[in-house]
Amino acid sequence: MVDTHPNKAKLLAELATVLPARALLTSVDELRPYECDGLTAYRRVPMAVTLPETIEQVQAIVKICKHYQVPVVARGAGTGLSGGALPDENGIILGLSRLNKILAVDTRNLTATVQPGVRNLAISQAVAQHGLFYAPDPSSQIACSIGGNVAENSGGVHCLKYGLTVHNVLSIKVVDIHGELMTFGATTYDTSGYDLLALMIGSEGLLGIVVEVTVKLTPKPKFVQVLMAAFNHIESAGNAVAGIISEGIIPAGLEMMDNKAICAAEDFAKAGYPRDAAAILLCELDGTPIEVSEAQNKVTKILSRHGAKNLYIAENDQERAQLWAGRKAAFPAVGRISPDYYCMDGTIPRKHLAYVLRHINDLSDYYGLGVANVFHAGDGNLHPLILYDANKPDELQRAEQFGADILALCVKVGGSITGEHGVGHEKIDSMCVQFNTESLQVFHAIKQAFDPEALLNPGKSIPTLHRCAELGAMHVHHGHLPHPDLPRF
Amino acid sequence: MDISQQLQEQVASALAEHRPLAIMGSGSKQFYGNETTAKEVLSTARHVGILAYEPSELFIKARSGTPLDYIESALAERGQMLAFEPPRFSPVSTIGGVVAAGLAGPARPWWGSVRDHMLGVTLLTGFGTVASFGGQVMKNVAGYDVSRLMVGSLGTLGVMLDVTLKVMPRPEYSLTTALEMPIEEALEYVIALRRSPQPISACCYFDDCLYIRLSGSEARVYEAYSFFGGDEVPEADQFWQSLRNQTHEFFHQYDRPLWRLSVEPATGTINRLDGTILMEWAGAQRWVYSNMPVNIMRSMATKQNGHATLYRGRLPGVGSFHPQADAVQQVQQRLKAALDPQHIFNPGRLYKDW
Repeated sequence: MVDTHPNKAKLLAELATVLPARALLTSVDELRPYECDGLTAYRRVPMAVTLPETIEQVQAIVKICKHYQVPVVARGAGTGLSGGALPDENGIILGLSRLNKILAVDTRNLTATVQPGVRNLAISQAVAQHGLFYAPDPSSQIACSIGGNVAENSGGVHCLKYGLTVHNVLSIKVVDIHGELMTFGATTYDTSGYDLLALMIGSEGLLGIVVEVTVKLTPKPKFVQVLMAAFNHIESAGNAVAGIISEGIIPAGLEMMDNKAICAAEDFAKAGYPRDAAAILLCELDGTPIEVSEAQNKVTKILSRHGAKNLYIAENDQERAQLWAGRKAAFPAVGRISPDYYCMDGTIPRKHLAYVLRHINDLSDYYGLGVANVFHAGDGNLHPLILYDANKPDELQRAEQFGADILALCVKVGGSITGEHGVGHEKIDSMCVQFNTESLQVFHAIKQAFDPEALLNPGKSIPTLHRCAELGAMHVHHGHLPHPDLPRF
Repeated sequence: MDISQQLQEQVASALAEHRPLAIMGSGSKQFYGNETTAKEVLSTARHVGILAYEPSELFIKARSGTPLDYIESALAERGQMLAFEPPRFSPVSTIGGVVAAGLAGPARPWWGSVRDHMLGVTLLTGFGTVASFGGQVMKNVAGYDVSRLMVGSLGTLGVMLDVTLKVMPRPEYSLTTALEMPIEEALEYVIALRRSPQPISACCYFDDCLYIRLSGSEARVYEAYSFFGGDEVPEADQFWQSLRNQTHEFFHQYDRPLWRLSVEPATGTINRLDGTILMEWAGAQRWVYSNMPVNIMRSMATKQNGHATLYRGRLPGVGSFHPQADAVQQVQQRLKAALDPQHIFNPGRLYKDW
């Protein structure tokens, strides 16, 4: 390996003075597992990986890196899907996995204070004995860490009712680029001054390193019911979703799958989904038995009114689990029908669902790549899974272009290029589609206030004005606005 | 009416001539926070109109000068509401002012804060440009969360041209029960309550009585009421509205400054606190009329991991808002300088020195 950074030797020597040997990885063999996160198509080997065990060590690492002007890429469990923790070859990884203790559970104020490396699910497990849980439940919750959740503002199946990470984190301790430790937010319902907590959540490691998180705990609902409805037309399923929401019902979860996803999931998990349906809806209701049975009656009527052809209500916990099993296995199930798949994460206003899915199918024909759609329908978060084969010469590139077109479509109908996976490395160019120069200028001003030398996770999340200008020029001058024959939306 | 062009020109000329601006909606919250040192008023009051409202998409987008009343009426027609119950200090209070002040009403602990419902904003920036952030969808993690940063910033980071807020269905039924008990008992009672999933939407303690509002379907509300017992309060909606809008008799005292203490919900009674107290948010928001010295008020709040706002009744040399830890204050000042490099937006309004 070529030493690309002029101060690498000095940097490593100095890091070794503040870290125990087990917390500093430098050989290629040790570094290899850190070369990518959940977006495995991109890999880079960092100069070093640090695995601090205390906040003081985090502060010391950051100060040393700042001194030598070395980029710092924070990493939690490495489950992120947008390459947010993709290393910089001239930088170090600051891995927070060893800060993995639950520090306190306060059952009077309903909070838990944990270190950033604690797994999402571990929090709910630790407080289950008190009848409480931590609400945001990204699908990777068994592995992903709370620090990463804060960096990405993670969502999950139940955020329609219970909110995203930003609604469920009360305060965080942050180490800034100067190595200074500070607290944003509080265990009260508000704080004085600017809401820096909101600004930090979802900032993808560009503004500071999260070293402690205090989350809000929620009482567990007494009873849960799951309904499944099948539709002959995607449009009807979309209208049924709008119908449920506009009648004042906020289900705990409201998920949609299209035919390709249904069949893949059914082959894999045998959840009992009808293979001939164009779409199915899964609706989870929670509360007391009275509350749930009232909502269930209303939802059943709305679904029937919108043409649900079969309606299945789980009779017991086992059937409820089975209905969810298909949805939860959708990604691995799609993995069985295609050598590779590329998971997208756009958000759209619900009313455009049918329109967007139709155009995704047109794009699928155009690119010659299959697509299966899984959708957090209640909050408009679409996860098209683009099927491709990385071993075929240009398929990854086509899949990425297909994905970028889907994201542009999401922006066009009033949505966003990312609902819960973050921008990271992956969607940096799509940011130029969603934001104009004026908005990007504000983002850069914020970055300037926190990290003027751009050492924290450089090159991620927020594109430079130059990059967007070049992309724009390329599109115009080369007619690279790909596939001019396709209708643009 | 769209006066964004005019507002942009005013900001451009203020920037060119380094002239600070006092940003104002209806002016109904002029009593709140510090007085800005700016003399020239930039008024959003004529920048009005609902730009988009789609009940099934659960959002509303409106120009910043749109009266809160107007927005709430439009929502009520479709059985929806702003769940954070912002105070209405005047019939012409604007939605921009609601966001800038970030004040929420009785439902806040259960239904969320202003920032929890903030989805998007269009800003006149400190660079003289117009920039948009967020949008109409609930899940949107592209870029920094500038929309939520605006909540509570009191107009010091830019001029909001329009805001997009999440709206929620109004509960089908509400009922309020009153339980007479001493304050210590009430505080413990509330702590236990918060641990079980009850359909509570407001809870306050005043005049030796714990008031609990239950909201949801009628059957669910009565199910919970049978558990709580107590006396059903007649005309309860008026009672909660009077707390929300601060028209309740408690708020009609002007002989001493009114403090707002935001503390951890499980904070017990604060013995050193003299004066009349009204407790909201299940104990987390405490209103106190007191002549106690500012440093004592603030250190009492700090001890409960909270903060004390001099809410009404300005005192010489006393900032309205609780001072920040040094490191945090430095970040806040850097942020202000980065987004408003010429310091033209409401200087001194949030913190006196900047």
